[in-house]
Amino acid sequence: MREPETPFEAPWQAQVFAMTVAMNEAGAFTWTRWADAFGAELQNDKASGNAVYYAAWLRAFVRVLVEDGHATSQEVETLTADWHAAARATPHGQPITLAAVGCSQNA
Amino acid sequence: MRMHDHSHDHPHANELSDPEARTRALETILVQKGLVDPEAIDEIIETYAKRVGPQNGAQVVARAWCDPQFADALRQDATSAIASMGFQGRQAEHMEVLWNGDGVHNMVVCTLCSCYPWAVLGLPPVWYKSPPYRARAVAEPRKVLAEFGVTLPKKTKVRVWDSTAEVRYLVIPERPPGTEGLDEAALAALVTRDSMIGTGIVEVGS
Repeated sequence: MREPETPFEAPWQAQVFAMTVAMNEAGAFTWTRWADAFGAELQNDKASGNAVYYAAWLRAFVRVLVEDGHATSQEVETLTADWHAAARATPHGQPITLAAVGCSQNA
Repeated sequence: MRMHDHSHDHPHANELSDPEARTRALETILVQKGLVDPEAIDEIIETYAKRVGPQNGAQVVARAWCDPQFADALRQDATSAIASMGFQGRQAEHMEVLWNGDGVHNMVVCTLCSCYPWAVLGLPPVWYKSPPYRARAVAEPRKVLAEFGVTLPKKTKVRVWDSTAEVRYLVIPERPPGTEGLDEAALAALVTRDSMIGTGIVEVGS
């Protein structure tokens, strides 16, 4: 039984995972700090699966970043809206960049 | 759900899901602030999507079966013994090995979240991260084991170990009978991921 199970079902899951590990390795927070925050988010979930799991991961990551002063909620919300807008302004088949909405990226 | 916006001249425009947009937003912020390096992110993804996996742990198990000195080293300081094979945790976590046999069966869970020995097993499978496993492994381990197809003799003691951010466990399963003539590589090929979490046993010809 050596089924090759892919750990990520979507690129964003791999991305948020890797950013968390990178921040931990850079000393931004300890893994214990991370596990506590992530565990708290997971307590609210009853469903299984990578989508639910990494959604909780993402919420926990934002919370740690905001609580520890690495980002503000406003920055996160603004940039998230910018990325949504950039996607809608980008023709299908072309890479989505923030330049599509003339975003100043002055987060 | 967000309605599709037709105010632009791009009838076939893209739509990002909320987690996609949010993840990109975080990356934009963190890279701009110099808090993460995009190359480091790519390297981490590459490592965990492709390079590390249960094949690492299987080599540790096979060596533990074949080499009594290595088995002793594992008992004394599992973190160092495993690191000597080139497998090191990124979070500098402490590794402990749990030996199955002599009437004891060990099984590992993380009730809090999904702490797991990445260096030797890669990232955890979906079931390990699932709320039912996290809740039931401690409450009714034998029932959970049965669902994995593992039925143990009544007198075998089941020990459930709760991983934390600091301590990660690797189960050393029992070496199956009839494998005396096999070398380390052949033995490693028999060792399954689940057997190293304690939700499986190693069998020949399975």
